[in-house]
Amino acid sequence: MARVLINIPRQIRAGETFAIRTLIQHGMESGYRPDGAGGVLARDIITSFTASFEGEEVFGLELSPAVAANPFITFSMRVQGSGTLRLRWRGDGGFDQSEVRQIIVT
Amino acid sequence: MRHVLALLLALQCLTAALAQERRSGFDDMARETQAMQREDAANPAMLWVDEGAAIWSRPAGAQGLSCANCHGAAEASMAGIAARYPAWDEGRFTAIDLAGRIAQCREQRQHAPALARESEGLLALAAFIGLQSRAMPLAPPADGRLQATRAWGEALYRQRRGQLDLSCAQCHDDNAGRRLAGSTIPQAHPTAYPLYRLEWQGLGSLQRRLRGCMSGVRAEPFAYGAAEMIAIEAWLAQRAAGMAVETPGVRP
Amino acid sequence: MTPRRLILASPALLLLPPPQPARASAEAMAAALRAFTGGAAVTHGRVTLDISPLVENGNTVPLSVIMPSPMTQAEHVRAIAIFNERNPQPHVVSARFSPHSGQAMLATNIRLATSQTIVAVAALSDGSFWSDSAQVIVTLAACLEG
Ligand code: HEC
Ligand code: HEC
Repeated sequence: MARVLINIPRQIRAGETFAIRTLIQHGMESGYRPDGAGGVLARDIITSFTASFEGEEVFGLELSPAVAANPFITFSMRVQGSGTLRLRWRGDGGFDQSEVRQIIVT
Repeated sequence: MRHVLALLLALQCLTAALAQERRSGFDDMARETQAMQREDAANPAMLWVDEGAAIWSRPAGAQGLSCANCHGAAEASMAGIAARYPAWDEGRFTAIDLAGRIAQCREQRQHAPALARESEGLLALAAFIGLQSRAMPLAPPADGRLQATRAWGEALYRQRRGQLDLSCAQCHDDNAGRRLAGSTIPQAHPTAYPLYRLEWQGLGSLQRRLRGCMSGVRAEPFAYGAAEMIAIEAWLAQRAAGMAVETPGVRP
Repeated sequence: MTPRRLILASPALLLLPPPQPARASAEAMAAALRAFTGGAAVTHGRVTLDISPLVENGNTVPLSVIMPSPMTQAEHVRAIAIFNERNPQPHVVSARFSPHSGQAMLATNIRLATSQTIVAVAALSDGSFWSDSAQVIVTLAACLEG
């Protein structure tokens, strides 16, 4: 399991837009770096990120090797009430990690 | 002629003033890189801190002890600790740095498998423990037994080395603030380690940074954990005494 | 080739750089952009790309993009894609939004192999496309650690 940091604002109000900031530990091996033996290191990156709230997609991102190591992704969302947020990172080599957080409307 | 002389004198005063004013490498960074260090939610080093916190409370070794079993909450027991290293090691009768102390405690008290220098686990613990001193002033111990180590560190700092025949002081004292191939030469303060360096795309120790500077002048770098490394670290800490701990920092 | 010419040529051969991955070019970027828009016209404006004009280290370059929009079912930003000219691949990221996004906004850190132009293109629910671009200069790393 890769380490993940998810920053959610403490105060969330119904109908108000707020930002979620995420970091995930991943080398994002570009597939273009020489391996020192005349070849290149195989590509190993996160290729997609999705955020869904109560089962519905809020935000999605397709990533390329041009995303920096330890991908930092900030997106925004708006909810009418409390519910479950599911974040999912998928990538090369079957990489698939999900994190679930409760969004509590105050 | 008189004008030129006055100008020269003024310049000299200015350089002297600049030399006295200590500034962290943080101050020389681009606004964007500074923001990355300022905001924990954007600082990739916090991923390692998180890992360090997990190791802190994870049982290991024959007795299944965690660091927390003996030390309790790091927020209390480790506050200010990183600011005091390198310190005197009573057992080995020599100076020891924080990474060395953590590794020692892990092996001798926790009886858990050793953590190698620059391993992800040791970096994570050092970052987690370092964070407990963030914003505190660097406070090298007033322990007379460290004097010789610091003096040796200073001598190493002033000694020319490598094919380029340059000392640390020539860059970091005489030319700090000037630009070298696109980067500003910092004053070489050890306040933010371990830190996330964009160049490394990962976390690294002060010793990794020093090894980079040594191979930069085409000198054979001292080995990780070498007595020379600890001595330079002790001198740098003394030189930066009173400056705020930034761990876990970010640098280009 | 005569032996003499071979000898003359070989030092030059030795100096040839090792094979490089194909660099994206202005044409490759234009092609990637066309694939995103389906050939529709793109108007400059409304979307704002924020990236430092001078970058210390191309390994991690903060970038954000935002486009004002009510983000309602009837009127919202569907997607924003980021392209570059001179990395090995023209595509950097593409984001999908929905009315639940509240705002068409994205921030991330990207890699830049060298100084170049970055382009952000936004696709709206009404079928229109808007863009912004930025010139970025990547200062060479000190290359101290040889
Ligand atoms: C069996 C108990 C025990 C365990 C387990 C243990 N320690 Fe310690 N640790 C000690 C004792 C005792 C000291 C010495 C305290 C002193 O000198 O005041 C110490 C000292 C330290 C110090 C130096 C503190 C100072 O004041 O300079 C650090 C840092 C430290 N330990 C880190 C760790 C870490 C990290 C772990 C887990 C990997 C760990 N310890 C596990 C008992 C333990
Ligand atoms: C040729 C000039 C030069 C020499 C000689 C040199 N350094 Fe450096 N050093 C630099 C530069 C430039 C940087 C900043 C690198 C960067 O940002 O890419 C740096 C960075 C550092 C840092 C990091 C400061 C921070 O804010 O994190 C430390 C510590 C340091 N050097 C210590 C040393 C020591 C100790 C020596 C001698 C063994 C030394 N340097 C020799 C140029 C030099």
